[in-house]
Amino acid sequence: MADLTSAAPARHGVLEGARGTRPRRALSGRNIMIYGILIVMCVYYILPLWVMVMTSLKGMPEIRLGNIFAPPVEITFQPWVKAWSEACTGLNCEGLSVGFWNSVRILIPSVILSIAVASVNGYALVNWRFKGSDMFFTILIFGSFIPYQVMLYPIVILLREMGLYGGLWGLVLVHTIFGMPILTLLFRNYFSSIPEELFKAARVDGAGFWGIYFRIMMPMSLPIFVVAIILQVTGIWNDFLFGVVYTKPSLYPMTVQLNNIVNSVQGVKEYNVNMAATMLTGLVPLFIYFVSGKLFVRGIAAGAVKG
Amino acid sequence: MATGVRKSWLFRNVNAKIAALPMVLTTLVVFVGGTIWTVVYSFTNSKLLPRADFVGLAQYERLWANSRWMQSIENLAVYGAFALVFTIVIGFLLAVLMDQKIRYEDTFRTIMLYPFALSFIVTGLVWQWILNPEFGIQSIVRSIGFESFTFDPLYNPDIVMFGLLIAGMWQGTGFIMCIMLAGLRGIDEDIWKATKVDGIPTWKTYIIVIIPMMRAVFITVLVLVTSGIIKLYDLVVAQTSGGPGLASQVPAMYVYDYLFTAQNLGQGLAASTMMLLSVLIVLIPWAYLEFGGKKNG
Repeated sequence: MADLTSAAPARHGVLEGARGTRPRRALSGRNIMIYGILIVMCVYYILPLWVMVMTSLKGMPEIRLGNIFAPPVEITFQPWVKAWSEACTGLNCEGLSVGFWNSVRILIPSVILSIAVASVNGYALVNWRFKGSDMFFTILIFGSFIPYQVMLYPIVILLREMGLYGGLWGLVLVHTIFGMPILTLLFRNYFSSIPEELFKAARVDGAGFWGIYFRIMMPMSLPIFVVAIILQVTGIWNDFLFGVVYTKPSLYPMTVQLNNIVNSVQGVKEYNVNMAATMLTGLVPLFIYFVSGKLFVRGIAAGAVKG
Repeated sequence: MATGVRKSWLFRNVNAKIAALPMVLTTLVVFVGGTIWTVVYSFTNSKLLPRADFVGLAQYERLWANSRWMQSIENLAVYGAFALVFTIVIGFLLAVLMDQKIRYEDTFRTIMLYPFALSFIVTGLVWQWILNPEFGIQSIVRSIGFESFTFDPLYNPDIVMFGLLIAGMWQGTGFIMCIMLAGLRGIDEDIWKATKVDGIPTWKTYIIVIIPMMRAVFITVLVLVTSGIIKLYDLVVAQTSGGPGLASQVPAMYVYDYLFTAQNLGQGLAASTMMLLSVLIVLIPWAYLEFGGKKNG
């Protein structure tokens, strides 16, 4: 009955082909039910994106009259321009572009630093174990489950003592700390799949800690670095809590500024501008998601499914 | 795996130890130190700044007598119970459907998972707009003839948590589906052949064979979803700002307000300690199962 061609069972295969019962006639009742449910669910998933884009392309008069699901009669990009360069948070009307550039300035050093630190951690945990290294790793993983609220204030104190509170580098440090558990896990799992003989051979040839890291581990692990970058770019871009706690208003990342613009109580609500602003904030992670495709799935699954 | 080095433990592999310093500091100072600090200072009478003026359980008594905190707990319990059941059921059912050798699997997955790439802020704001009673779903259903149709979760204190739930599900179920699908794909094909030979219907195979075999996956999902629920914050801030009134307040919001705006540190720290406690209640049995499993396997 079932097809017998499939090879040995694969582990954690979101990415492998479908298995299960064999295909049947195209229009069986079973198929209609399966595709029917999937399509209904997809409508639920797509709807908000559709509404967001459509609303952002309409003028306010059309929004007041019409239906939020209908495409615009007259397409206008004015809301996008306004969201980008004129939208107000309080008295400050410089648009969401301020938040965008803040986010970029936060993102780049945070991604680089967190990945650098975590990859070295992973490498040390696999190849240079020291007394207690596994214990630190266990605490690290447990730490990732502690609600952030528990550590918010102690970190405020630490950053204040270091003179970094309210500034860009304080936030970079916070992202590095909270990115560490998942990234270290990711790198540790990947590095432990690299044959140990390579490491030993390099040791025999006299390479040291950094030599092996830069000349063997890193070049052999580019895919996992890409996965880590995807994970961090989306994660840090989407952060709200740390941005609002650890930076001052002039440095607020895009998500915080977006929330302040849309949920501000002053003035007339401009829904089209709000949706354009929301869309703008979502564009970076959406771009990463659609470009990276399966690597994104791999990134999030790596964190969730135990190695 | 290279097992560590025995002799002269302090100065062997100095580079490796220096390299591991950020990890050691993070774990000891931030995770362990920070947590202990929070717990200790939750027993103090700190207001604007931390002061070691211990008052026993006074902050906790005040916390549990506070109607806003009680409301937050109740809200989170409602949201959490439904979110847990719906996420797991929907995630599993979608994964099962996706595992039926369907066509366009990649397309379906891309569509279901993209919300997970978006922030809770974006999610909350979009759904705030769709659920807007003046322009959103309610007004559209009314305009096609059902004049008395009412669906305004964000303005109705009784159902506001469900408004949040719709948005939360939208963002997270695709991800759970992916994990469940990975679990299903990890099950040996021979199991399916064996149940086929025995003539067990497919649906029954899922219930009596596959789900028990996916125990580890379900537990992982349970831990992930629960810790996500306890952290619920950004979504509420964006979608309802905790309103109407106090109807969608959550504990994380209470903590934030007491720590950073109400200048009542002790109270905020007591609330965050309660959050920690609730995570531990989930985490400890899980860790126990996990470590037990590793020893056996």
